[in-house]
Amino acid sequence: MQIDFSKIEPHIPYMLEGIGITLQFTSLSVFFGFILAVLLTLCKISNFKPLNWFAVFYTSIFRGTPLLVQLLLIYYATPQLFDYQIEPLAAGVLAFSLNSGAYLSETMRAGILAVDKGQWEAAKALGISYPRMMKDIIFPQAIRNILPAIMNEFITLLKDSSLVSMIGVAEILRRADVVKGQLFIYFEPLIFAALIYYILVMILTLLSTWLERRLRRNG
Amino acid sequence: MVKVENLHKSFGKLEVLKGISTEIKKGDVVAIIGPSGSGKSTFLRCLNLLEEPTAGSVQIDGQDITQKGADIQKIRQKVGMVFQHFHLFPHMTVLQNLVYAPMKVKGMAKNQAEKKALELLMRVGLSDKAGVYPAKLSGGQKQRVAIARALAMEPEIMLFDEPTSALDPEMVKEVLEVMKTLANSGMTMAIVTHEMGFAREVADRVLFLDEGKLVEDTVPSQFFLKPDSERARQFLKKVL
Repeated sequence: MQIDFSKIEPHIPYMLEGIGITLQFTSLSVFFGFILAVLLTLCKISNFKPLNWFAVFYTSIFRGTPLLVQLLLIYYATPQLFDYQIEPLAAGVLAFSLNSGAYLSETMRAGILAVDKGQWEAAKALGISYPRMMKDIIFPQAIRNILPAIMNEFITLLKDSSLVSMIGVAEILRRADVVKGQLFIYFEPLIFAALIYYILVMILTLLSTWLERRLRRNG
Repeated sequence: MVKVENLHKSFGKLEVLKGISTEIKKGDVVAIIGPSGSGKSTFLRCLNLLEEPTAGSVQIDGQDITQKGADIQKIRQKVGMVFQHFHLFPHMTVLQNLVYAPMKVKGMAKNQAEKKALELLMRVGLSDKAGVYPAKLSGGQKQRVAIARALAMEPEIMLFDEPTSALDPEMVKEVLEVMKTLANSGMTMAIVTHEMGFAREVADRVLFLDEGKLVEDTVPSQFFLKPDSERARQFLKKVL
C-alpha cells in the first residue's frame, strides 16, 4: 500500500477552485429553494383546498423520489422534451431548488403552525392584512423557530451538491475525479475532496450556532 | 355605537351563544360577567369577528359587520382588543409593537406614529421601556403595553378579554388603574372580567351571561345588591 499526498500537490489549486462552484451552486439552490418553500407553505396553510392538494402532491413527488433521479431527469430529459440543451449547472440548481423547496416547505409549515395562535389574533384585531401579517408577524417568528432546520437543509444541500459531478459540473468532487483519472490514484484526491467538504460543513455549523445565539438574544 | 341583535354562535354541535341582544352606547363601560363557559369571551370576540357569528347581527356605527362584503379590516381598526395573554409581538420592541399597525395599516408617518406611541407609553407609565423587547417585561407591563398598542390605532371602542386573569396578583392593580383612567377619559369599553370590585366601581352596566344567554343587563349597583335572577344570585354568592 502506497499513500503519497505529495502526488496531488500540483493539482491542489485546481481542486480548490471547485469550492467556489460548490458554494455558488449551493447558495443558488438554497435561495431559490427557500422562495419556492415559502410559496408552497402558503399553499399548504391556505384555506383554498386545491392549493393544499397541489402542494401536498408536489411535496410527495419530490420527497418520494431520489434526488439523483430528479437531477438526471431534468438534465437529460429537458433536451428531449423542449429541444433545449440545459446547462449542467442550471439543471443542477433547478433540480436542487425544486427538491429542497419540498423539504423546506414541510419544515416551514411546522414552524408556522408552532407560532402562537394569539399572534394571528392580535394581528387580525389590529386590522393587519393577511399578507402583511404573514410577512411581518408570523414568518419572522416561524423562521426563528426553524432556523436550525434551515441550516441543516443548507448543510445537506452542500454535501448533496457532490451529486452534480454526475452531469459534469466542475465542482469539488468532479475535480477530484479528474485528478484521479490523470494520476491513476484514488485515495488521495478523494480524501482531499472529503476534507474540503468537512471543513465547509464545519464552517456552516459554526455559522448556524452563531446565528441562533444572536436571534435568541432578542427575546 | 354597538348594537347586537339575536347573536348566535355554535362550534360544531355546541351552541355557545343562544341569541344575545344588547346595545353599547358611546362612552359606556360595560362589564361582561358570568361563570366560565357561559360564552362571555365568545360574545366579545364576535364584536370584532375573531369569531364569526352563526346567526344574528352585530352593528358598529350603524354598519352591519356580519354582512357579506363588510370590510373586516376597516372595522377592526375601529375596535381595539386586549387579550388575556397579551400577545405582544415578541420579535419587535415595545415601540415597534406600538407603531407597526398605525404605520402599516393606517399609513401614519413614522415620526407621527412614534410621537403618539411615546405619549401612550407615558400614559400607561412605561416611557422607559420603549426600546425593550417584550420578553424583558413583567406580565403587568406587557398588558399595559398591549393596551397602549390597541390605543395607538385610535379605536372607537376597546374590548378587554379577561385582561388581568393571567397576571400575578400584585400586577392586577397596575393594569386596572390604566383601565380605570381610560374609562374616565370617556372611552367606550366592553370588558370580560372576574374582577367584581372593578366591575362594580368602574362599569356603567353589567351584562351577566349564563349558558349562552344574557340573563341580566343592568347597572352595577342593582346587579351586585339585588340581582333579578336566581342564577346571578348563586354566581355572586360564589365569587364575592
